[in-house]
Amino acid sequence: MAQAVAEAIQKNYLNEKQGLLSWLLTTDHKRIAILYTFSITGFFFLGGFFALMMRLELLSPTNWLVSSETYNKLFTMHGTIMVWFFLIPSIPNTLGNFLIPMMVGAKDLAFPKLNLASWYVFMLGGGVTVYALVRGGVDTGWTFYTPFSTSYSTTYVVAAAVGIFIAGFSTIMTSLNFIATIHRMRAPGLTWFRLPIFIWSMYANSVILVLNTPVLAITLVMVGVERIAKVGIFDPALGGDPVLFQHLFWFYSHPAVYTMVLPGMAVISEIVPAFSRKPMFGYKAVAFSSVAIAALSFLVWGHHMFVAGESVYVAMAFSFFSFCVAVPSAIKVFNWTATMYQGSVSWDTPMLYAIGFIGLFTIGGMTGLMLAVLGLDVHLHDTYFVIAHFHYIMVGGTVMAFLGGVHYWWPKISGKMYPEGLARISAAIVFIGFNLTFFPQYVLGYLGMPRRYAAYPEEFQMLHVLSTAGATILGVGYVLPLCYLIWAWYYGRGATPNPWRATGLEWKTPSPPPAHNFEVTPVVTAPRPYDYEAMKEELQLV
Amino acid sequence: MSKSATLACREQFRTPAQQRETASVGMWIFLANEVMMFGALFTAYTVYRASHPQAFDIGSADMNIMLGSINTALLLTSSLMLSFAEHSAQAGNRRLIALFLILTMIIGAVFLGLKFTEYYQHFQEHKAPGVWFNDSSPYANSIQMFFVFYFIMTGLHAVHMIIGIGILAGLLFRTIIGTMTAEYHTPILFGGLYWHFVDIVWIFLYAIFYLPGLHL
Amino acid sequence: MITNFRLWPVSASSVAGQFNLLFVVLLILCTLVSVAIAIFLIYSVIRYHRKSENELGSQKRYNIPIEVAWTVIPFILFMAFYVWGANLYFHIERPPDNAISMYVVGKQWMWKIQHPEGQREINELHIPVGRPVKLTMTSEDVIHSFFVPAFRTKQDVLPGRYTMTWFEATKPGKYHLFCAQYCGTKHSGMIGWIYAMNPVDYQNWLTQGAPEGSLASNGEKYFHQFGCANCHHFNNQGRCPDLRNLYMRPVLLTTGQTVTADDSYIRRKLHDPDAQVPWGFSAGVMPNFTGIVSEEQILALISYIKALGPQPGTQEPSSSGAAPTQYGTQKGIGGPGATSNAGSQVEKR
Repeated sequence: MAQAVAEAIQKNYLNEKQGLLSWLLTTDHKRIAILYTFSITGFFFLGGFFALMMRLELLSPTNWLVSSETYNKLFTMHGTIMVWFFLIPSIPNTLGNFLIPMMVGAKDLAFPKLNLASWYVFMLGGGVTVYALVRGGVDTGWTFYTPFSTSYSTTYVVAAAVGIFIAGFSTIMTSLNFIATIHRMRAPGLTWFRLPIFIWSMYANSVILVLNTPVLAITLVMVGVERIAKVGIFDPALGGDPVLFQHLFWFYSHPAVYTMVLPGMAVISEIVPAFSRKPMFGYKAVAFSSVAIAALSFLVWGHHMFVAGESVYVAMAFSFFSFCVAVPSAIKVFNWTATMYQGSVSWDTPMLYAIGFIGLFTIGGMTGLMLAVLGLDVHLHDTYFVIAHFHYIMVGGTVMAFLGGVHYWWPKISGKMYPEGLARISAAIVFIGFNLTFFPQYVLGYLGMPRRYAAYPEEFQMLHVLSTAGATILGVGYVLPLCYLIWAWYYGRGATPNPWRATGLEWKTPSPPPAHNFEVTPVVTAPRPYDYEAMKEELQLV
Repeated sequence: MSKSATLACREQFRTPAQQRETASVGMWIFLANEVMMFGALFTAYTVYRASHPQAFDIGSADMNIMLGSINTALLLTSSLMLSFAEHSAQAGNRRLIALFLILTMIIGAVFLGLKFTEYYQHFQEHKAPGVWFNDSSPYANSIQMFFVFYFIMTGLHAVHMIIGIGILAGLLFRTIIGTMTAEYHTPILFGGLYWHFVDIVWIFLYAIFYLPGLHL
Repeated sequence: MITNFRLWPVSASSVAGQFNLLFVVLLILCTLVSVAIAIFLIYSVIRYHRKSENELGSQKRYNIPIEVAWTVIPFILFMAFYVWGANLYFHIERPPDNAISMYVVGKQWMWKIQHPEGQREINELHIPVGRPVKLTMTSEDVIHSFFVPAFRTKQDVLPGRYTMTWFEATKPGKYHLFCAQYCGTKHSGMIGWIYAMNPVDYQNWLTQGAPEGSLASNGEKYFHQFGCANCHHFNNQGRCPDLRNLYMRPVLLTTGQTVTADDSYIRRKLHDPDAQVPWGFSAGVMPNFTGIVSEEQILALISYIKALGPQPGTQEPSSSGAAPTQYGTQKGIGGPGATSNAGSQVEKR
């Protein structure tokens, strides 16, 4: 205990330089990760507030809280903020930024100044989008379908498009940084197949982002040009094709959804071995499945358009590839569960979130399969079934993984422990609240309740009331960690360098780490990843 | 330690070779990113060309093939000048580096001048899309679509050129103050790569906008 | 709230039963897998619960047979459902030949429906039970989507294009109609009802309405009103093709391509006349009717042109090479160079 306290007072990245400017002008990837954490937490609660307003409105079959115009803006802003300002940046720019250099044994990312610039670009993009919000919001849906967004909406479409366009550059900069770092800055002895799965998944994730984000950027530019100059790119009356927009948009957005789940899988792939005290089962299969998901994700965009007017044969091709991309995800789920088998499994909070992820991601993934079935999608498309599906993956998946990762690496990042009992209770509240919110939405969906409806037929009300009740519980579940983690930052018990006794280079540094991570570049000699055997003595395990 | 040597191996790297390789990976990834950006536009253009072949043919024929060809020759020459600059950098010859960088920038500026002249011509001839467009042929809408893509794609290219000139100016500055040496001239190599890429994009733009009008 | 609650949607079309079977089988399979994984997770957490602070787990790293098994078996199962689903989809997307055609124009924020007999409906559609009904649909403004949960069908309705959906009601009743593609402020108000009636009731309903005459007779009215009759004479002396026997025939274009004169072809002629010029005729002759003729008037004109010619599915003329008499001796349609037994292309979607 005394040693831990002594270590905490040592110079580390948090106390080395003081003052606001030392934070705003830092090039230390760990501090930049903290800057990002503030940003995405803010955006999360903003997007969550919009969700709460929507759920409250949906308590009644008729408009009671907000008008239809406002409701349409609520779901648009909820989607826009959550997708681009929370889900895509969350794990990569917070945990990824913090951990990638440490996990590969480097002193920082390849391009530290680019890293800082990416945060400013992100905040600029966020600022412009919030400007659009403050000026009155956008009502096109986060999907900006034409010709509604180009020729009919009277809201601040161009401003929102500009905000997202700018934020996209931040994503590209970060992803480029990660790819270069993982390729070229690994410590001596750290070959590809000794890397933690976190790195493999973040690498695949970054490759997707570098390739798909520019397509979104250009698509938004075309929407903006059309809106301002009215030149008919997507206007059928002037020879344009509104469905072309959908192809371009989903070519970006489908890989984008995988960039929201791959980082979550990255986190889970670290937590499960650590809390089972076992190497990742089927390591190579899991590593390659990340790459396979990245590659296949570019081949399935048309499954959002089965009833949009695309040809039957094209639809069949997209359905086929959609089934293919489910295979690597299934491989991951099986390997995670196999990792726990005959392990030494603890129930600490990160593991609770990880188990929750595996279960909920499985359900979300199965319903994704249902949507990939052509004959079923005709009925289920654009209903609450789809909403439930993607929330199971993104909230039951990514958000739970994010929380799990934050708890897992909290001792490393802050040098303190979080309160375990309260954390477990919060995890349970999140799990219960989540399922109560979103499971009824599957039923609503196959019963035929369409998406984006402010008012609905009375027979759907009971399910909506259940869902809103769940949302309130879920909200409480999210506010609790915000409170106790802030408390723990200042008053938590001091943490040792490796409180979980996990493998991985990040655990070889003090908690919190010094500014340059490693005084001496580590040399990796353990022949295999997650080498508990080789590190038995060091970790004091029997 | 000289400024150049510090820059050649910044804190996060173990050796200058590692830094150089990392910069290389970074720039190539960035170029892949740029390919996807222009690629989206090329794809949309192709879709509309396939569905409006006659109109796009007329649009192509209306392009100023002379200016387009001069511009192509100019850009190719500028890339050649830049290659000489890169060569001089390897030899460490500061004066020559600066000379060739300046030549590259001048040629780039001439390119932009000709481009904007062409744009002005299009405005005069009522071919600029939007309120300025005026065409009475039955294909008017589709011809406007051709010019929409022309302006967006060559406009995006011009933006990249302007940024490229800015990058070259930065490299020129660093050459003059002496931080580009035979040991460390990575920025010239990879900044140069960006310029070469922008040049290649132009070749494709020339091919899809100007050449079809020749009916070869 | 509680009394109306259902756990399973009404099934009222010929397709619904097939949908239900596929959905339930897949649902059961997915539930079994999810439950199996959940059980395994809970089992592992309890059975292998860490017993002491420094306990290590087993160090097994891989098992190739198991990896292969849980890759190949899911893939095979996936492919089975893929084929099953694709089959159902094909069926959903291909209307039977004997379907009654009706026409839908969607606009912010209502559905305008026209029966061939002339009845117009807004946000309601009366159909007979036991007969397939094919809807040809277009939008006047943004993208909408025609969704009838009880029939398990949905199809986006696009501006500038025709899309199609079909269904055969199996039970009389009143079923929800929803717009399923976000289309602006009153998207959640763009709803209505499908009334499936047994055939006798449907006939009675039909005879009640249509003071304005059938769709095709309205089309004839527009044909004269908009001046089409001035050029499209019913002989081969006009500057424009004779439109008799045109509908669903192959047409040779000046570009050498052959297309089918379906609904989309006719609509395109009105909006973009020089895009597809028949062989033997010139561009720049037919005026552009964009903004002059409304979507509903176009549908009426199409019904009229349909009434002028052979019905879809009629036998093609022989391949003797002589100009077939059904075409008339007119330029363009079946003209020089066109194969006289060109099979109709699959109706474009």
